[in-house]
Amino acid sequence: MGQAVDVHRLQFALTITFHYIFPQLTMGLALLLVYLKTKALRTGDEHYNRAARFWARIFGINFALGVVTGIPMEFQFGTNWAAFSKAAGGVIGQTLAMEGVFSFFLESSFLGLFLFGEKRLGRIGHWVAAFLVFLGSWLSGYFIVTTDAWMQHPTGYRIGSNGAIELSSFLDLLLNKWALWQYAHTMLGAVQTGCFVMAGVGAFYLLTKRHDSYGHTFVRAGVLVGVVAAILQLVPTGDMQGKLVAYNQQPTLAAMEGLFESQEGAPLAILGQPDVEKRKLDNPLEVPNMLSFLTYRQWRANIKGLADFPQTEWPDQIPLLYYSYHVMVGLGTIFIAVMVLAALLHWRGRLYDSRWMLWMLMMCVPLPYIANTAGWMTAELGRQPWLIYGLMRTASGISPRVAAGNAWFTLIGFMGMYTVLGILWLFLIYREIELGPEPSGHLQKDDAAVLAAD
Amino acid sequence: MGTIWFWLVAIMITIYVLLDGFDLGAGAIHLLVARTDKERRQVLASIGPVWDGNEVWLIAAGGTLYFAFPALYASAFSGFYLPLMIVVWLLILRGASIEFRNHIKSAVWDPLWDFLFCASSLLLAVFFGAALGNVVRGVPLDASGYFFEPLWTNFRLGDQTGILDWYTILVGVLALLVLMMHGGLWVQMKTSGEVSRRAGRVAGRAWWGVVALTAIVTALTFRIQPQVKENFTTWPLGFVFPVLAVAGIAGVIFELRKHDERKAFFASCAYLAGMLTSVIFGLYPMVLPARNPVYSLTVATAKAGEYGLRIGLAWWITGIILAAGYFTYVYRSFAGKVVVDKDSHGYGD
Repeated sequence: MGQAVDVHRLQFALTITFHYIFPQLTMGLALLLVYLKTKALRTGDEHYNRAARFWARIFGINFALGVVTGIPMEFQFGTNWAAFSKAAGGVIGQTLAMEGVFSFFLESSFLGLFLFGEKRLGRIGHWVAAFLVFLGSWLSGYFIVTTDAWMQHPTGYRIGSNGAIELSSFLDLLLNKWALWQYAHTMLGAVQTGCFVMAGVGAFYLLTKRHDSYGHTFVRAGVLVGVVAAILQLVPTGDMQGKLVAYNQQPTLAAMEGLFESQEGAPLAILGQPDVEKRKLDNPLEVPNMLSFLTYRQWRANIKGLADFPQTEWPDQIPLLYYSYHVMVGLGTIFIAVMVLAALLHWRGRLYDSRWMLWMLMMCVPLPYIANTAGWMTAELGRQPWLIYGLMRTASGISPRVAAGNAWFTLIGFMGMYTVLGILWLFLIYREIELGPEPSGHLQKDDAAVLAAD
Repeated sequence: MGTIWFWLVAIMITIYVLLDGFDLGAGAIHLLVARTDKERRQVLASIGPVWDGNEVWLIAAGGTLYFAFPALYASAFSGFYLPLMIVVWLLILRGASIEFRNHIKSAVWDPLWDFLFCASSLLLAVFFGAALGNVVRGVPLDASGYFFEPLWTNFRLGDQTGILDWYTILVGVLALLVLMMHGGLWVQMKTSGEVSRRAGRVAGRAWWGVVALTAIVTALTFRIQPQVKENFTTWPLGFVFPVLAVAGIAGVIFELRKHDERKAFFASCAYLAGMLTSVIFGLYPMVLPARNPVYSLTVATAKAGEYGLRIGLAWWITGIILAAGYFTYVYRSFAGKVVVDKDSHGYGD
């Protein structure tokens, strides 16, 4: 600790983790908002429009925070990772610039219209605005995932005459198979966050006996969309992601699983603590042969352990990587159980009266945030010690002239600022939930007072 | 191909300054022109639906700069590490202020965010100006293609410059005055009553400062950065840019006196565009001048691979046409003066 590269890594990790709290909700909610607006359009029931307006307010707060915490991400490519940017900017700059040009313009323009222009746009126009916000945010996700996927599994490039990495095939960059699966997996994670938050708020209303009809709508929407997302998260997307890692990043797979020695019929570790010095997993609780089966669909297939690779190829934070991966998979499994159970109860018509289930849905709200964060940590810690897998080491990507002391200064600044922002965010979201979806609950009272005073 | 991208990035930066410039300016004069809560909501409503879209131009211009000139992005962003991080913090603070303010009505909540919104907008204007000043003056690049500037050294134009020296501070002050004028004209156009009148007065006063400082800074720039003079003598056609700026600044006072609020704002746009294009034209083919001219980054040394630049042109043109479409539609939808009687955002629910 204390070397410049560590501080740069910590700062990027901190800022991206905090940033991703917001887009994972807005991308998920964008889909659910389209669902609510479609319902409103088809049934002509104002109830759904009010429900959509309530979620649009929550969307707005999260979107604004997503925008302002997103700007440091683009900046840091240049400020903290200059050597990386100089070498690879010609490739990943493509997708990052495309994100700005194709999705941010779309998203921000129509979000303004969606939030401020319902009357002007009319019913169909407002639906279109909601749809375009959804499209913009999901496109944005694609460009970002493509950028990361290129760092995980570089395609469509060549080394130019001056040593810089140049783009050689635009389509190979955009249609990288790693990107396609990672995108599906990431977006399902975002949908799950949206679903658990919506269902959780609905459950909160039902448990506290307020806004019953909205509670029903929110729980139903969250559970019905959520059950599909939870299952697809595991099969096929999670499974395919695992296979891509197994085939292309072998030391990463071994580290994720805490597998130190190569084995035929390798077990799947459910619990256990990796001891990197002694090269073993303490207190293992394992399913025999399972890892071999999941990876190669053969019970006795050989899986390479970390010992088969030189230590310089090992990810440098093995325990953290191992735990991130296990937390992600563990929570993903819990989500499937909760959502399937809730969907069954809904099918039997007993969901809204099962208080224990509503309690469970409400308590689950923070979990998808943790799972998504753990998932990203698995991907990025798993990529180590590479910045661009196989091409550039993380340590050689930092800005050569930015001293560790300057990076500490900004890291500490971000910590302070984000703590305050996080507290304000929780406070404002809680307040919106307290005010509720009924129009009378919102600011109109105060506005009436202002008008009377004038 | 490199030259095409040089100008495309230049256009994006110019559009960014024209658009975000008016909402930064509106922020900088916020406390000056709006006293009561209702007046302040008028100012905020005048930029409410558009400010984050305007800021997207910064992100899009940054992204385009990144992929077209990766070596420049790497060198400039790491060299300007501290001021850029401060800019990022100010942008966060400002965005949060605009978003958070209208959620709660309280005697401590609103004034806090009003103050932070005003202060962050004001500082951003100065920092952006100082950044431009740094680029024009040149930075201490060496053979490695990198540099690092502390926030300040001795405030002189020596070899080891800081971000802030007397020249860049002067440019920062000019930027603040320009954006106060620009924002004032916007607020005047978009609001009514006392706020509109005060904003017009602020713009009119800032105008004098803008004229005086523009003359001084221009004269200094010709001495500090010899490339500028060279370019204008080699390609006299480049004089269209400064002429546009002069016509714009004259138009501002002319239209202000005639009380044509729209034309005054557009004249200010012309001035800003003229100034920026003059500077960019004056620096070409350098993208980042060095204090020692041997090490300057140029279009040729900083650009990305040919294939990437060519394919980029195809999607960039498509994307920008789409974006221009959205912006026209959004600005049309929110045309006219704002009314704050309906709800906290000024646009009836």
